[in-house]
Amino acid sequence: MSEREISYTEAAREALTAAMERDPTIFVLGEGIGERGGNFNTTLGLYERFGPRRLRDTPICERGFVGLCTGAAMTGTRPVVDFMFIDFILDSVGELTNQIAKIQYMSGGRLKMPVLLRGCVGIGGGAATHHSGSYYPLFLNVPGFRVVVPTTPYDAKGLMSTALRSDDPVLFLEHKSLLNVRGPVPEEEYQIPFGQAQVCRQGTTVTVVAIGPLVPKSLAACDTLAAEGISVEVIDPRTLAPLDLDTILTSVRKTGRLLVADESFGPCGVGAEIAAQVMAQGFDDLAAPVRRLNGVHTPTPYSPPLEAAVVPSMDQVAAAVRDLAAE
Amino acid sequence: MKETMTIPKDTLLSLYRTMVRIRRCEEQLARSYAAGTITGACHTYVGEEAVATGVCAHLRDDDAVFSTHRGHGHALAKGVPPRELVAELFGRATGCSGGRGGSMHLFSPEVGMMGTSGIVGPCILQATGAGYSFQLKETDQVGVAFFGDGAVSNGAFHEGLNMATIWDLPVLFVCENNMYATEVAFKDSARNTDVAGRAAGYGLHAEAVDGNDVVAVYEAASAAVARARQGGGPSLIECRTYRTRPHAEGMRDGGYRSQQEIDSWKARDPITAFSRRVVDDGAVTAADLQTIDDAIVAEITEAVAFATDSPWPDPATVADHIYGGVAS
Ligand SMILES: Cc1ncc(C[n+]2csc(CCOP(=O)(O)OP(=O)(O)O)c2C)c(N)n1
Ligand SMILES: [Mg+2]
Repeated sequence: MSEREISYTEAAREALTAAMERDPTIFVLGEGIGERGGNFNTTLGLYERFGPRRLRDTPICERGFVGLCTGAAMTGTRPVVDFMFIDFILDSVGELTNQIAKIQYMSGGRLKMPVLLRGCVGIGGGAATHHSGSYYPLFLNVPGFRVVVPTTPYDAKGLMSTALRSDDPVLFLEHKSLLNVRGPVPEEEYQIPFGQAQVCRQGTTVTVVAIGPLVPKSLAACDTLAAEGISVEVIDPRTLAPLDLDTILTSVRKTGRLLVADESFGPCGVGAEIAAQVMAQGFDDLAAPVRRLNGVHTPTPYSPPLEAAVVPSMDQVAAAVRDLAAE
Repeated sequence: MKETMTIPKDTLLSLYRTMVRIRRCEEQLARSYAAGTITGACHTYVGEEAVATGVCAHLRDDDAVFSTHRGHGHALAKGVPPRELVAELFGRATGCSGGRGGSMHLFSPEVGMMGTSGIVGPCILQATGAGYSFQLKETDQVGVAFFGDGAVSNGAFHEGLNMATIWDLPVLFVCENNMYATEVAFKDSARNTDVAGRAAGYGLHAEAVDGNDVVAVYEAASAAVARARQGGGPSLIECRTYRTRPHAEGMRDGGYRSQQEIDSWKARDPITAFSRRVVDDGAVTAADLQTIDDAIVAEITEAVAFATDSPWPDPATVADHIYGGVAS
């Protein structure tokens, strides 16, 4: 791996740039993604290179331009929607679930649906309730989507590159707290296959499946826990649809204990799904009930102490692991 | 009714053939629905045949049509064979959507039928997106949306027309104003029922035509399609027409419209009016039309036999094609 370190956003942008060089049918739609380069610098410098048709600033009509992308994908181009904040995707849920997710199936695979939908997710920075959502459990419930939640710059680049080669609609969800994180990223293009989890740290007592920002929080808790004699294995699924259940089951076979740590809501969420699947396929390996740690099931408040109160912290991860180890 | 003499005889016969094909096919589907052979919804296009026929006469297989719940006529006019439509409504593997769609989800991308939709509105946006593709790829293809007066009050109309206009996309928006959305009159849904007049608010070309006059539709679409192909941007055509059957087969049709109104529109039947006109003009003979009538009857009979003899889809394939995968 190269020594060069760049940010998560820069890494995803490198993959987008390389793909746009290679594939002239890729275009990006969004508000302020043209000359301005995106609210989160997702398209910085691309307008100069690829021009206004491929970096298209839109009116504020999320439903409209998602519907436009549906028709574009059906007729041989590869649209990228840059939502800025993913919360705005909710204006287009009908187009996504009733159209984009269903057209490959309804056409018997004769039409492809290569639409990339990206946006910033998650709680932080006083963004408050209309700029802090994650919503991926909604989309996991619908057949037809790929849901990608990269945690590191390396993964952001490799998964973005795969997403831009996918014939399926992909939700590419970038957590606020990770955008400026730096890490080693190779200069050349590479792809990370969907459905391959990463074992971020090996351990023997408890398995923690962590999503997005809960990965660094879980890793940060590991040394303290190790000093207490609790050896934690941390798994980052990287994609939630498809989900690499095998890696999780293999780990549970070793540890017998599973915690799913996720900032998004608990009810009908990622942890509920993983718990159900592990019980169905790995029940005999479990020494304790599967536990979940989630953000509080509430709209996101603004005031710093309130905001901090809804997000799972490193200390809460450590406490949940201790409880589970003691079962 | 518009003058027909400027249109070549072959084209006149082709317009007639398409309208009669739609009419006979719809009548057959209505019978099959009544007989219980069609198990799901069935919205017919009877009375509105001139619209799809006049527009699609200008389209190639590589032009993309996006349509509605009332889409049988669009599919047939775009070139989906009647046997594939009938088989689809019969739920057979040989249907244009392999039996996955039924009346409201007709896909035949091979002939540019990019789908009908059970949701009112999205076709407007999808046609706009096809226009985006064609402009980006610098081809002369066009995207076409067919939609009812009901869709005009949906946000998709506003968002789609606005985007198509600001980016000069090669798109044709065809509003089939049949005055009702299910049982709700358009005049009760909109203060301004002049659909074409709304185009001024977006800045695109628009025209209102008699949607029961296939020649009027044909000529308006001719100009609009040519303009789109040449980079002249989108157009809206409002076709004023009427469905003479209930909203969907098996639905009660009373209460919201009078028999007198229905009869007055039946008297303006687009096929009867056109055939009378072309024969009176001396453009074609009654015998020419009879030959087409006979051929269509045979075609629909064959379509029903084909559908009836076709296999059911294999339940083992029920979850196929949800995902396409990653291109190598
Ligand atoms: C978004 C949405 N809301 C409601 C319906 C139920 N529905 C089906 S057809 C229809 C009326 C549509 O009227 P119009 O667009 O004028 O088309 P027409 O049936 O007259 O051809 C309605 C309300 C729907 N299909 N989609
Ligand atoms: Mg109507």
